[in-house]
Amino acid sequence: MQVDNVVCAFCGCVCDDISVTVQDGRITQAKNACVLGKAWFLSHGQPSDRSVALMDGKPASLDEAVDAAARSLTQARYPLVYGLSSTSCEAQRQAVALAELLGGCIDCCTSVCHGPSGMALQGIGEPTCTLGEVKNRADLIIYWGSNPGESHPRHMARYAVTPKGMFIPRGRKDRFVVLVDVRPTVSARAADLFLQVKPGKDFELLWALRALVKGQAIDEAGLADTGLTLAQLTDLAERMKKCRFGVLFLGQGLTQSRGKHLNTSAAFLLVRDLNSVTKFALVPMRGHGNVTGVDNVMGWQTGFPFGVNFSRGYPRFNPGEYTVVDVLSRGEADAVLVIASDPVASLPRWAVKRLSEIPIIALDTHESETTRVAQVAFTTATAGISAEGTVYRMDNVPLHLKSVLPSPYPSDEQVLGRILTRVKELKPC
Amino acid sequence: MLRIVNGEVYDPINGINGEVRTICVADGKIVADTGAGQTIDASGMVVMPGGVDMHCHIAGPKVNLARKMRPEDHRGDMLPRTSITRSGAGGSVPSTFTTGYRYAAMGYTTAFDAAVPPLAARHAHEEFNDTPVVDKGFFVLMGNNEFILQNIAAGRPEKVRDYAAWLLQAAKGYAIKLVNPGGVELWKFGGNVHALDDEVTGFGVTPRQIIQTLADVSTELGLPHPVHIHCNNLGLAGNWETTLETMKALDGRRAHLTHIQFHSYGGKPGGLFASKAPELAEYVNAHPNLTVDVGQVMFGDTTSMTGDGPLGYLLYQVTGRKWANVDVENEEGCGIVPIEYKDKNYVHTTQWAIGLEWFLLINDPWRIALTTDHPNGASFASYPRIIRLLMDREYRREMMKQVHQKAVAKTHLLELDREYSLYEIAIITRAGPAKLLGLKNKGHLGIGADADITIYNKDEDKEKMFAVPRYVIKDGRILVEDGHIREDTYGRTFFVAPAYDPAIEADIREHFDKYYTIRYENYPVQLEHYLPQHEVVACSG
Repeated sequence: MQVDNVVCAFCGCVCDDISVTVQDGRITQAKNACVLGKAWFLSHGQPSDRSVALMDGKPASLDEAVDAAARSLTQARYPLVYGLSSTSCEAQRQAVALAELLGGCIDCCTSVCHGPSGMALQGIGEPTCTLGEVKNRADLIIYWGSNPGESHPRHMARYAVTPKGMFIPRGRKDRFVVLVDVRPTVSARAADLFLQVKPGKDFELLWALRALVKGQAIDEAGLADTGLTLAQLTDLAERMKKCRFGVLFLGQGLTQSRGKHLNTSAAFLLVRDLNSVTKFALVPMRGHGNVTGVDNVMGWQTGFPFGVNFSRGYPRFNPGEYTVVDVLSRGEADAVLVIASDPVASLPRWAVKRLSEIPIIALDTHESETTRVAQVAFTTATAGISAEGTVYRMDNVPLHLKSVLPSPYPSDEQVLGRILTRVKELKPC
Repeated sequence: MLRIVNGEVYDPINGINGEVRTICVADGKIVADTGAGQTIDASGMVVMPGGVDMHCHIAGPKVNLARKMRPEDHRGDMLPRTSITRSGAGGSVPSTFTTGYRYAAMGYTTAFDAAVPPLAARHAHEEFNDTPVVDKGFFVLMGNNEFILQNIAAGRPEKVRDYAAWLLQAAKGYAIKLVNPGGVELWKFGGNVHALDDEVTGFGVTPRQIIQTLADVSTELGLPHPVHIHCNNLGLAGNWETTLETMKALDGRRAHLTHIQFHSYGGKPGGLFASKAPELAEYVNAHPNLTVDVGQVMFGDTTSMTGDGPLGYLLYQVTGRKWANVDVENEEGCGIVPIEYKDKNYVHTTQWAIGLEWFLLINDPWRIALTTDHPNGASFASYPRIIRLLMDREYRREMMKQVHQKAVAKTHLLELDREYSLYEIAIITRAGPAKLLGLKNKGHLGIGADADITIYNKDEDKEKMFAVPRYVIKDGRILVEDGHIREDTYGRTFFVAPAYDPAIEADIREHFDKYYTIRYENYPVQLEHYLPQHEVVACSG
C-alpha cells in the first residue's frame, strides 16, 4: 500500500510530500524523503517486541506503569516535565495540563536549542515569514551558524535555494546564497559565498554589520580576530542592502555558542534595521520536528514559550530559573517526566548527574539512554507514523500528521491522558 | 427545565424592552414556559442574551506570537488554576483559557476572531479547542490573496467566487475579511497602497476592484456575514477620505466596515489627527447597506496586532518598541507592536473621542457594534467601562476632563448629550452583532434560540454592573456565578460551507504546485479532528 502526501515529522522542515509504502506491517519505502527522513520512516516503521511499559527495566502492564508513574510524580515536591519536541501538539497539550496539575515545572527542548531566539523575540520582536515567501521572493539567502546540508537536507532544495517561485522565476539563478560558519561544512559547497568566522566572534560581526548597514565607519583593527576583513563585511552589508527580499536563517551556531541570546539579539536587530532599506526576514532553523509546536502550545496555554513553573498554581516564566538544565543542575527537581526526548544522552553532565539521582518516567518510541535508566518507561506510537496529530513547521505553519502504520502501542497523548487521570484521582484538588 | 423569573428582560430582537418576563430553558434552548423546574429569582436583575463579540483577536498565529513576544504583558495578571478551571496568563493578550473564562465571566458567550490566514487555520482551531466556554468562529483573510488578485486581474470573478467558497470550506472559516486590500501584498516587498485606485504592482489590480469583487462574492455565496473590511490607510492622518471612498465604492453592496474609529482621521499625512467621525457617520446613517464596529481606544498599555503588515511597521517607527512581522505565503501578512495609549497625548485623546463620537452619532444602533478590536484599541475587559461611558453622560464628562484638553475640544464630543439605554446597550453588545453575523440563534431570547443568557444585578454604576454579572448561562447551564466559573465547558465553532463549482480545484491545485510549500491535499482542515464541536451555518446562496 502506498500513502501519498505523508508529513515527515523528523526535522523542522516538516516536508509533506512523502510517499510511504507499507508492506507486511512495515514501512519499506519513503519516497521523496531525505536521508534523515528515510531513516526515520524506516526505523520507526518496523515491528518491535518491546513491552508497552517497563518498570525498572522489567515488562509491566500499561495500568501498572500508569499508576506507578502517577504516584511517583504526585509524591515529588518539584516534578519536572521535559522534552516534547518530537511528539504531537495533542500530546504537548496533555503535558502542560499535567505539569499544571502537579504544580511542577515544564520545559521543552527549545531551552537547549533556540531558547535564545525566543528571548531575542521578547527583546526585539521578529521580522519573519513563512518558507513559501522565501521560495517566491527571496533573492538573498544567508545561513548563519547552520549546516542545512546535514541538519535539514531538503531545506535548500525545497524552500530556500533552488525552487522557482512567483518572483524568482529562474530559481537558483535568481538567488545569491551566503553561508557563514566556523568551518566549511558540506553546505558551503551550495553557497555562492562562504565566510569562515572565528568561533565565538558572531556577535562582533553581526554588530559590525549593523554599523555598516547604517553607514557608520568601522575600524579594521577591531575585526582583527573575527576571521573576516572589512572588505568582506562591507561586501556582505552591501548585498544585504541591495537585495529585494533577504532572509537570514539562524542556526545553533549562533544560539548555542558563547553569547547565546546576545548573538541572536544582534542578528534580530540587524534584520530589523535592514527593513528601513529593503525587505528582510529571519527564520530560526528549528531542529526537531515539532519543537516549534511545543513553543506554540505552551504559548497559548500559559502565555510563555518554554521554561514555565506552576508551583504557585499559575504559570511563571524565567529562562535560567525554570529551564531544564538549571532546574536539574541545582538539584531542585526530584522527579522528571520525559516525553519524546533523551536528556540522559543530550544534556550536560552536571544536569545528567541529577537525573541519575531521581525517578525518571519516560515516554519514547524506542529504547534510549533515558528509557534505559527510567523507573517507568512507556513505549509509545510514533506521531506521524502510527499516531495522528498536529505538527508545526519551523515557520509556524501547522500540518496534520497521518497514521500510516498501525501500532500496538498507545500514543504519547493517550499515555499522558491516562497519567493525568490517575494523578487527578491520587491528588484530589 | 430552568426558569428565570421576575427579571427585567432586554431582548431587542423580539422587541422586549425591560418588561418582566419569565425565560425558560431546556436542552440548551429557550423554550415555552411549562411552569416546572429549577428557578432563578431574578428580581431586581436585568436579563439579556449572552454577549457577542463580532471582532476580536483571540486565536491563531499572530495572537500567539504576541503572547510569546510579550512576557511582560502577562506579569501581575495571572490566573491561578482552581479545582475546576485551568490556570493562565492575562494582560492584553491572555492565554486561551484566560480568554474564554474572562469573556464568560463578563457575560459574553460568543466571540469571533477577525483575521486568520487560511494557511494557519489549523492553528486557530487548535487554540479554539483550548478556549473554554464561548462559542467562536473566525474570518478568513482574502484581501491580499494572490490567487484572488490574479483572477480579478484576469477578469474572472466567477473563479474568485468558487475559490473563496473552497477556501472558506478548507479553513472552516466564517466570513471573507479584507485587510488593507492590495497594501499587504505590496508590503511583501516593502511597499503599500495609499488610495483606492493605486495599482497593486505585479498584479494589475486596484484596492477598489478587490473590495468590489469580494463584496459581490460574499453576496453571491449568500454568506451569513457580508464582506468584513479593514480599509486602506488605517491609522493615518487624513485617512477618512479613503474610508469615504471605500464606502462609495461599495455602491449599495452590503459590507461591514470594521474598527471604523481607526479610519476616521482628518488632518494632513504626518500631522495631527482631527475627527472626521461626523462626516463618515452621516454617510453611514444615509446608507443602510453599511454597518460598522467601533474599535474603541481606551487608555493604557496594550498590544497592536494586525494583518496590516505595513501598519505594524509604521507603529514600530512611531513607538520604537519591539516589532514582529510575519509575511504568509500567497495570502497575507501581520504586524505586532506593543502600544500605550496615553490620556495626555493629543493623538490618543483624539482617537478615544472619535470612537465615542461614532457610538453617539450613529442613529440606528443595529448598525454599530461595540468592539475595541481587542486588543488593538484596548482589551475586551474594558467593555464594561465603555458601556458606562455610553450610558452615563456625567461620567463621560468627568472622563473628558482627564484627557488632553485641546484635543478633546477639537472633537464634537462636548456637544453630544446622548445616553444609551439598556435596550440600546443590549443591541450593540449582543442583538446587533448576532444579527450582523447572521447567527439566527444568538443574540436573542425567543423560543428556539440558544440558551446563552446573562443576568446582571442592577446598579447605577454601569461599569460595575456589566463587569461582574450575577449569572451567566451558556447552552442552558449556569456556568458563571458572580464572576466565578462553576463548570469548565467548551463551546462550538461556527463555519460556513458555501457551494462551489469543483472545476476550480484544478486551478487551485496548479497554484499550490507552483507557489505553496505545502501540498494541496494537506491544506484543508480535518473537520472531525480540529472541530470536535461545530455548527455549520447555512448560506442563503
